[in-house]
Parts: sequence; C-alpha cells; structure tokens
Amino acid sequence: MSELLQFLFSGLTVGAVYALVALGFTIIFNASGVVNFAQGEFVMLGGMITVFAHAAGLPLPLAALIAIAVTAGVGVALNQLAIEPARGAPVVSLIIITIGASIFIRGAAQLVFDKQIHSFPAFSGTEPIHVLGATIQSQSLWVIGGAFAVFAGLWLFFTRTLLGRAVLATSNNRLAAQLVGINTRFIMTLSFALSAAIGAFGGVLVTPITLTSYDVGLALALKGFAGAMLGGMGNPKGAFVGGLMLGLLESLTAGYLSSQYKDAAAFVVILAVLFFMPQGLFGRKSTERV
Amino acid sequence: MSQKHATLLVLAALIALSPLFFPSGYYYRIGALMFVNALAVTGIVILTGYAGQISLGHAGFAGIGGYACALAPVHWCLPPALAVVLGAAISAVLAWLVGRPILRLKGYYLGVASLGFGILVAMVLNNERWLTKGPDGIEVPDLGLRGLLKDVGLDLSNGEFWYGLTGIALLVGAWLALNLYHSPTGRALRALHGSEVAAGTVGIDVARVKLQAFVISAVYASVAGSLLALQNKFITPDVAGFMHSIEMVTMAVLGGVGSVPGAVIGAGILTLLPQVLTVFADYEQVILGLVMMLVMIFLPQGLVPSVLRKLRGKDE
Amino acid sequence: MKTTLKTAAPAALIALGLATAASAELKIGASISATGPAAFLGDPEAKTLEMLVEELNAKGGINGEPVELVLYDDGGDANKARTFATRLIEDDEVQAIIGGTTTGTSMSILAVAEDAEVPFISLAGAIDIIQPVKPWTFKTPHTDRMACQKIFEDMKKQGIARIGMISGTDGFGASMQAQCKDVVADYGIEVVADETYDPKDADMTAQLTKIKNAEGVQAVLNPGFGQGPSIVTRNYKQLAIDLPLYQSHGVASDGFIELAGADAAEGVRLPGTALLVAALLAEGDAQKPVVTAYKAAYEGKFKQPVSTFGGYAHDGFALLTDAVTRAGSTEPQAIRDALEATKALAGTTGIYTMTPEDHLGLDLSAFRMLQVKDGKWTIVE
Repeated sequence: MSELLQFLFSGLTVGAVYALVALGFTIIFNASGVVNFAQGEFVMLGGMITVFAHAAGLPLPLAALIAIAVTAGVGVALNQLAIEPARGAPVVSLIIITIGASIFIRGAAQLVFDKQIHSFPAFSGTEPIHVLGATIQSQSLWVIGGAFAVFAGLWLFFTRTLLGRAVLATSNNRLAAQLVGINTRFIMTLSFALSAAIGAFGGVLVTPITLTSYDVGLALALKGFAGAMLGGMGNPKGAFVGGLMLGLLESLTAGYLSSQYKDAAAFVVILAVLFFMPQGLFGRKSTERV
Repeated sequence: MSQKHATLLVLAALIALSPLFFPSGYYYRIGALMFVNALAVTGIVILTGYAGQISLGHAGFAGIGGYACALAPVHWCLPPALAVVLGAAISAVLAWLVGRPILRLKGYYLGVASLGFGILVAMVLNNERWLTKGPDGIEVPDLGLRGLLKDVGLDLSNGEFWYGLTGIALLVGAWLALNLYHSPTGRALRALHGSEVAAGTVGIDVARVKLQAFVISAVYASVAGSLLALQNKFITPDVAGFMHSIEMVTMAVLGGVGSVPGAVIGAGILTLLPQVLTVFADYEQVILGLVMMLVMIFLPQGLVPSVLRKLRGKDE
Repeated sequence: MKTTLKTAAPAALIALGLATAASAELKIGASISATGPAAFLGDPEAKTLEMLVEELNAKGGINGEPVELVLYDDGGDANKARTFATRLIEDDEVQAIIGGTTTGTSMSILAVAEDAEVPFISLAGAIDIIQPVKPWTFKTPHTDRMACQKIFEDMKKQGIARIGMISGTDGFGASMQAQCKDVVADYGIEVVADETYDPKDADMTAQLTKIKNAEGVQAVLNPGFGQGPSIVTRNYKQLAIDLPLYQSHGVASDGFIELAGADAAEGVRLPGTALLVAALLAEGDAQKPVVTAYKAAYEGKFKQPVSTFGGYAHDGFALLTDAVTRAGSTEPQAIRDALEATKALAGTTGIYTMTPEDHLGLDLSAFRMLQVKDGKWTIVE
C-alpha cells in the first residue's frame, strides 16, 4: 500500500510538470494552430534566469518574477518575429520553425549562462512529508498545487472573462473573430506571453526538484507534447489530465514493470489511445475542409 | 529530353565532376554524407512531398537499416550487402504494420504517433544491450566491396570508394523516385495530397496509397541508415533518435519538399552547414536555429521551388 | 642501398643544423562533445584544452615552438565525430588527436586515426577503446570496470554482500552498469535489484522504493553522471533509506555536493581522483603539485569547480606534450612511440606508465575511495 502511494506521489510530481508544459502547448495551439516545440525552452528559461538572478543577489521571489516576465517577453518575440510572419505556412514548416527557435534559444542560453547544472533552494525546506508510509517532498506539493492553480485560472479565464472568450473565438475562426471586432493580433500576443509565462512558472517550481541546465527543454517539450496529444490538443482539460496521466503511467510502469521501458509504456499508451480516439481523450472532432 | 532525365543527368554530372575540385580527402567524406542524407530525404519527399503525410520518426527506420548491418553479419553470417536488403525488408514490414493504424491520423496527431514509433525503436536499441551493446554503439563489419575492387585493379581510398558508392545509390534512389512521381501511384499520391476527400471520391484507395508511400519512404530511410553504418563501420542508437528524424524532415523542407532536386540540395546544405559553422564555435547552435527559422519564414516552400518561381517570374 | 639512404639523410640534415625536427610546429586536433547530452563532460574538457594550450604558448610552447589547437564540437554524435576526425587528419593535417568525450565518439575517431596512423588519446571510459590494444590509440580515464572493482573492494571490506543498482540509461551509466554486473560475482556480492532511469528524469523515488523493498539489500550503487545522481541522492534521503549509497566517478566534483545538498550527500562514497581532494593529499604525493596547479588555474579562469572530466583532458594534453618533448619530433610515428614509452608521468587522474600491452597505464591505486563528510570530500582508507 505504501509502495503504491509512493509511486502515485512520484507520478503526480512528474505529471504536474508535464501538465504545466502541456497547458502551455494548448494555449498557443488554441490561438494560432501552431504546436510550439520551443515550449520546453520556456521552462528552461524560467529556471535558468531565476538561478542567475538569484545568484546575482536578488531575493528568490523577485528573481522568479523577473524570470517569468523575461520569458513572457521571449514568447511575444517568438510570435512577432517567427510565427506571425510565417502565417499560413504548412504544418511541417511550422514544426521546423519552432524547433529552429528551440535550438536558437538553447544556443543563446548556453552563451548567456553556461553549460553547468544549477538549482536553487526549495521554497519550504527539504524536509519530506510522510503520509501513510510514503513520502513526498514539500516542493512537489508546490508543483502539483501550481499545476492545479494554473489549470483553474485558465479555466476561469476561458469561460468567465470576455478576453478569454475572445481567445477561444480567435482559435475557432480567426476571420470571424476579426469581423466581430476582436483584435486578433493582440490575442496572439497575449497567448504567447501567457504560454511562455506558464512555462517559466513551471520552470521556477520544478527547478529545486529536477535541477536545470541549458538543455533540459527538449525532453520536457517532447513529454509535454505527448501529454497534450494524449488528452487532445487544444483542450486545457485534456492537457492537464494528459500530462498527469503520462507522469502516473511512467512511475507505475517503473514501479511495477520495468524502469527501462517506462518511457516506452507512455508512448505505447498514446499510440493505443490515438488508435481508438484519433483526436485524443478530450479532443474536438474536426473534419477536413474540402 | 524530359525534366526527369535532365535532373538525373545534372545530378550524375555533379557527382562525377565535383571531386576534380576537392582540396583534400575530407571532402569525399562530406560528399558521401550528403549523398546518404539525400537518399533518406528522397524518401521523405515521397511521403511528405508527394503524399502530404508527416513523419517525425523516420530515423527509426534508419536505425533498423543500420543495426541490421551491424548484427546480421555477426549473428547469422549474412554478407553485409545482404544485410542491407534484410534491413530494408524488416523496415518495410514494420512500416506496413505501423503505418496501417497511424496513417489514419492527421497533422500533429500523425506527428506524435510517428514520433512515438521512432522513440520506441531508439529505446530498444539503447536498452537491449545483449544484442546492440547499448548506447555506446556497436562495430559494423566491412562491406568487403572495396577489397574486391582492389583485386580487379581498381584501388580506391576509403573516402573515394564511399563517395562513389553512395553517389550511385543516390542516383538509383532519385531515378526510382522520379519514376514513381510520373506513375499512376504517384499521381494518386499527389491527388490525395491536395485533398483526401476529393481523392477518395474519384476512386483512389486513400488508405492503401498512403501506406504505400509510407513503406517506400521507410525503405529509403533504412537503406540510407545501412549505408551510413557500413561507411562508418560503427553505429550508435543516435541514428534512430528524434533529432535525426527532425534533421531528415528539415532537409526535405529546406530544399523544397515536393521535389527530388530539393531533397538533394536541402541535404547538401544541412550536411555542409555544421562543417562551415565550426568557425563560429560557441555560436554554432544559435546560427543553426536562426537559419532554420529564416528559411522557413522567407521561403516557406523551400529553396528550390522558391528560386524556380523567381526565375520563371523573370522569364515572363 | 635504400636503408643507407634513410639513415644517411637525417645525419646529413643534422650536419646542416636543419634537423631540429622538434622545431616543427605541433598541431593538435580535438573532437569533443562540448554540447549535446555529454556536454557536462565535454565542456570542462574543451575549456581545459584551450586553457592549457594558451598557458603553454605563453611559456614559449614546446622546445620554443608554439602549439596550435584545432578544436571541434561533435555534440556527442558518433557520426559527426568520425567526420571531424577525418577533417582533422585530412584537411587540418594535425599530428595527434585528443578527444572522444564518450565511448561512442571515441570508437568512431579511433577507427579513422588507426587507418591514417595518427596518435589518438581518448577521454572516454570503456575498456573496448584500448582492449585489445590498438597501436595508435591511448586513453587517460580509468575504465568503468576499474571503478566497479574499486567500489566492490570497499563494499567487501564493509561486509556488504547484497546490493541494489540504479543506473542512468546514457552511455556512461549503461556501460558502467554492465561492467559492474560483469565483475560483481568476483567479490562475492549479489545484485538483488537492478533499476534504471532516463538522464532527464525528474524523480526516481519509484525505482528507489523498489530497491528499498528488495530483500536483504545492504547498499545501493548509482552509476551515472549529470543531474541524475543528484536527484537519486535527494530521493534517497527523502525515502529515508538507511543504507550506504555509492556513487560513481561520474559525479566526482564539488558541484555534486552542492546540487544534491550537503545534507542528502552526507556519507555518499565514490571512487574519485586526487583532483577532488587536492588539499588533503600528503606533502610528498607525486600528484599533489600537478593537481594543485591545475585546480588553481581552472577555477581561477572559469570560476567553476574542476571536475574529473576536465582532468582527463589535462592528462591527455600532458601525455602528448611530454611525448613530443621526449621524442624531439612532431612526426606522428615518433609521438606514438614516445607515448607508448611514457613512464611515471603524474597526471590529475593518476600516475601513467604505458607499455606496448597497456595503453592506459593506470591501475586501481590511482583511484581513491572518497566520502562526503560535513559537506566536504574526504579520503577513506
């Protein structure tokens, strides 16, 4: 029993990280139809900027705020300089642009920062919390709580605010949204800023657990992408559940089957889900336009 | 002379004449790498350019082709040349099995499914140490052909030999791909690229034709992987990795995904680029990422179609 | 007739005062994984080589001639490493190559170097690189097999007979995992749990829980490098596993204690090199001056703690410059012969003595069993 609980704790911690990345994917996908493979780099930037700002003498909360703000700026720049000019390009071209952006950001981080591994102290100490014979790091609670908070915030934003509905309208039909007077350019900017900020926020939360370095982004992007697809692209609920499921799948496989093939199990499940539900668990049905 | 023959002739002339300008043996190595990459990318052209399907996992097939050459000669005493054929056959069967379910998916969903396949192959190569010797890689036996040529009086350096062999392989691959383009299957592929629904209504078996393109492109990737392994006499699971898949797609799209010359040019540029960028040392990654973005933003159709369009525009 | 010509020619040159062969400039090639998954290893190696070449040239080079370094970043990709090795030999025309951060890249480079008959000093761990002995290939790091032996020796002394292993799936971790399982029986030790993790994993409590619950487990060994072992060490503490934890030489640096947290790292043991405990070495220790000088120079210049890996590059460069000086020539053949005749050269990793049968030249004594005590590395003997 305590063993199962331990695996669940482990899976939830990791899953919450994936969920944060997947949520970032979803926002940009909703606004622009682009899957942003540079999403993992936002997480890296959040962690790395905080590390270096903190090392430069700033208090941790301020360093984290700066990291989130700067990363949001990077997100906006990515949209203005690379995504917006390529509007209407085929899916493959967009994939290559965002992968190019991810290589670029990684290369720049390696120049601006360094190639070492970094961390900063956990928010509320390192003393683990004991529950029924299993343990969880207090920082894990921050990550899981953070993921829930971001999800709840997004849900409120998209359903209860005018601005959030404008984002949804833009994602459904950009032209129609423009016709009813929505400033779609602003919506795009907002979406990229929001997505990058969520990624950076995730980076700040997880760095005390996972540590960070200039090259942590790609692996996170792949897992987050997989989580988002598992849940169904473009649906925050799907991204959140998909990310958590992926984390749980990994830890349960590592615990009960084989730690060597835990990543394989995750992808096998994704292939199986897509086989029966080609739009993911919560995806929208769409038909090809002729 | 048809466009097809012109393309092949230009390609053959380039392969044959370039060595006249090589300052050192290192350039044969670069040439051979370009040709191997171009061969794999020609497969992507068939899948993505002709049929409009995305794959982010084709390096998996290159891995199968490569490891077939490392393992079959040792475990089943198969001559390396036959191991290439065996690898291609395994890749084809696997592509057929995997392609049937995943090709029903579209766009990014197909992307993630093919990505999953590629990662699974890389993971098996990494983890099954008893067979593949794990992430450190495994030695690949010599093809033996160079020795045979030497016996009949044709004494080539290792670089020259692989330059020639991969050049011939590329020519054959390009010839087959160009033939396919003009065949009924090729026309069907291009029809479904335009619109699957429309292609279906005019009586094209969409699922079957897509699967054909997937299997053919897998064989291309597999043979390219085999040639790379035999040339290097060493292979690591990286060859099946995600970044290698992305590299293939990028080469195809960079040159112009719809055409064989585009594949060759895209592969050529991206093979050469890291070699040129070494002068920038630490800035290498930044510039590589920048080039990828800029080409896709300003030439979304790729280099070859964009340049051709400019030229034609002038003619008019 | 021919032989006389061959021997007569140098004699004539010497007579003319032209045969200061050593005065030919030495061009060293390097292909190192300064980026990519092995950047944690390769980055300090590249920095070390650049620093040492600069230092040497500031002091007037070898025998009055400057040394030139051509350094490429292969990103940990074996295929790229082969291309760069070809480039170094055919195009840059270097007289020797240092590099091959990973076993995969080393195996690629050595094939090219052996073909072209250029001496190559590898910086990777696997025993396959020098066994069987290849005429032109040498290496500086201990083999991972030796690290396993050193650890198991220590375990045996502690009366440990049943262990759990948790290894990274990268080349370093996987290779050491296999080597350890290969020699473990020689020490009467049994591996009762064998788990792995991906180098980028965020949490290893699932694997560690399994090991913790394995019957009769007395100690845990974690082969790996990068952030993985730090996370393992933290999770180990989190799960309150009350067994000795052994890490590998892959994390032998002060950075490890910092990342894992002094609290969690307390009591961790690993086979390390003299480099890590420079200040603790006895006064007469032959390695002390070398280690102290390198540590001071590196940490002064880059503001980062030295790592074992940078030390490997340091030793590779020391072996090469020593060989060139002794050979009095920059001819590849002469360098190779001199390398093979290296005697009692003190490096950061150990004291090297090469023979035609041994192109590593280190034994187990070069490893020191280290333990974290009060947040600092100490020597266990």
